[in-house]
Amino acid sequence: MAKQMPKTPLLDQLETGPWPSFVTGLKRLAKSDKGYADMMKDLLGQLEHSYETRKGYWKGGTVGVFGYGAGVIPRFSEVADKYPESKEFHTIRIMPPAGMHYTTDLLRKLCDIWERHGSGLIAFHGQSGDIMFQGSTTDNIQPAFDELNELGFDLGGAGAGVRTSVSCVGAARCEQSCYDEAKAMRMSLNAMVDDIHRPSLPYKFKMKFAGCANDCANAIHRADMAIIGTWKDDMQVDQKAFQQIVKERGRKEIIDQVIRMCPTEALSLNDDDTLEVDNKSCVRCMHCLNVCTKALKPGKERGAAILVGGKRTLKIGDQMGTVVVPFMKLENDEDYEGLVELARNMLDFFAENALEHERTGEMIERIGLSNFLEGVGLELDLNMIAAPRSNSYVRMDGWDEEVKKWNARSKSAAE
Amino acid sequence: MAEPRRPTESGVPDPMPFMHPVMRKNYGHWAWHDRPRPGVLHHVAESGDEIWTVKAGTQRQMDVFTVRALCDIADKYAEGHVRFTVRSNIEFMVSKKDMVDPLIKALNDGGFPVGGTGNSVSMISHTQGWLHCDIPGTDASGVVKSLMDELYEEFINERMPNRVKITTSCCQINCGGQGDIAINIQHTKPPKINHELVSLQCERPAVVARCPVAAIRPAMVNGKPTLEVDEKKCVCCGACFPPCPPMQINDPEHSKLAIWVGGKHSSTRSRPTFHKLVAAGIPNNAPRWPEAAEIVKNILRAYQKDARAWERMGEWIDRVGWPRFFELTGLPFTKYHLETWRGGRASLNASAHLHF
Repeated sequence: MAKQMPKTPLLDQLETGPWPSFVTGLKRLAKSDKGYADMMKDLLGQLEHSYETRKGYWKGGTVGVFGYGAGVIPRFSEVADKYPESKEFHTIRIMPPAGMHYTTDLLRKLCDIWERHGSGLIAFHGQSGDIMFQGSTTDNIQPAFDELNELGFDLGGAGAGVRTSVSCVGAARCEQSCYDEAKAMRMSLNAMVDDIHRPSLPYKFKMKFAGCANDCANAIHRADMAIIGTWKDDMQVDQKAFQQIVKERGRKEIIDQVIRMCPTEALSLNDDDTLEVDNKSCVRCMHCLNVCTKALKPGKERGAAILVGGKRTLKIGDQMGTVVVPFMKLENDEDYEGLVELARNMLDFFAENALEHERTGEMIERIGLSNFLEGVGLELDLNMIAAPRSNSYVRMDGWDEEVKKWNARSKSAAE
Repeated sequence: MAEPRRPTESGVPDPMPFMHPVMRKNYGHWAWHDRPRPGVLHHVAESGDEIWTVKAGTQRQMDVFTVRALCDIADKYAEGHVRFTVRSNIEFMVSKKDMVDPLIKALNDGGFPVGGTGNSVSMISHTQGWLHCDIPGTDASGVVKSLMDELYEEFINERMPNRVKITTSCCQINCGGQGDIAINIQHTKPPKINHELVSLQCERPAVVARCPVAAIRPAMVNGKPTLEVDEKKCVCCGACFPPCPPMQINDPEHSKLAIWVGGKHSSTRSRPTFHKLVAAGIPNNAPRWPEAAEIVKNILRAYQKDARAWERMGEWIDRVGWPRFFELTGLPFTKYHLETWRGGRASLNASAHLHF
């Protein structure tokens, strides 16, 4: 006799309301005539049990694919006696095409594979940036991965290794993009596949790629190494288009919402409704470009700033990434190879110097920024600080030497 | 037995074969964009080519039937290409303006809300919860579904002062990330330890080292090596639970929700900021979490009414001050709002700037 649908009075309440319901989707899978239907019935049963008792019932374990040490998230049920069909419900993390572009043909193929070997449940995407193929048995993991791999897809990161990355839509559709985000992301990550698939770092290492300071990839706080687009020359102003915007929206709105909101007071509205920009004071924050999109654009000398050390609370408290490279030109292949080399240096330094379960930001907090810069071969720069020190308790007997270095660097930069 | 298949370490796939041809053709050569209506973006390339993007909300955890329904819409109305955003919205791209309205209609008829652009409340970024995680205190998918039902009108309209990014997290690791509003689990009691299992399942020195306040130490209970927690020191963060499942931190009653505001990733105008605690002790009230939803809506109403154009949540509070925020929202202010972590004194008011 066919397995009955479980009673789910609590989950049923998540089927009402206008937003698409994941519960309705789970039920569609459970009610289908597919091989995974019974697994999904028990999954719904276990989820309802969680809603009743307000507790989760999954534990980890060791499940993987041949040749790799990470990328599968094993889940074994702690209540398998009551819900035996979903006793194994593992996730496969798969790295999506950079920028998360799909054809329907590709999506349908991914669905078909997951119907053959999994539960039919897929998350687009996990917070890690992976496609999460959720719900497969231990025996089905290898055949599922084999098919995905043959289709051109590879496992994402997990554990103490390099993690799956995210890049914004960027150059594919955005005029504010300051470099080729997808190219930078693919070149960097694909040079680190060994550290993605065989994690042996002190802890995780994440890179995220955003095309401008709007940071649509949430890089600054969620990446050990954030690559955030910016430009070095003057922003581009189409004065005619700007005058048109002033005409349409009125001077008051432009003064209130553009001029006064500049964080460094770098903007001024001229009598003829053109815009005056003090580019030396501009910090490339993107506000005026965002609200006057047709008239204002990033400059032409584009590239990226690199910030390191972003992370959430555990263990020393939250940290934002901080600047270690104010500007890296990203135009030709050689520039991009330079970025990959820097990422490699940072990863190697992290692997050798971080303590167990310590993130890059925590390591820098412990050893100090100057040791980190020396270790990865970067020069000190004033854009790295919000302010110089205010505490005088420091030993400075190397002062004269450091002044000489600074003067030599300033001189060579001027030449 | 046959030799197992060796993986092809292909890494991140090239997006070009899957990208809409107009985007591929004008890659890196876009000129400007505008938003003709909520949920629709219009980009113009230097070549003069145009593309319209229609953004729709999804349930993120999708069954294959939903994915195929979205594919059917994309094939019939959107030239067979889609992309996803980091907040699990789906975007359909079309190369002709007159394709926009039929596409929106097809999405709405299929039950997918169109919106999430500009100054709207976008989809809540979230994690797995009880459906799949091994350490969850709540079910993020359920919290998100409940909240998005309540915030539906704010998703399909653009009537906030600036964009609003909401996140939820099922534990204090906070996979959902920083948000203008973050709804996160906050445990309020130390872990309950199953001393029979600790030495079987946990690498004890690693667990001791994981504790941020050095509250865990080795112990012997009933002749078995185990761990104990100094409950006076414990901050109930749950960091010991992932490496040591017998140290159960989740509790049906004492794992509460807390709400944080003012997180921001962008460097736009102000520097990026961490979100700050405004409300806690909220019951983890599955399946609909009405108490949390009410506080979120209350905060959004105050922000919508009081903030100036383009101020993000945190920027608005920076301008009007925390006394005004608590006055407008009517939320209680307690000693638990004071930072006690290292460097916490930096969050105090070291000035004679006062709000009355």
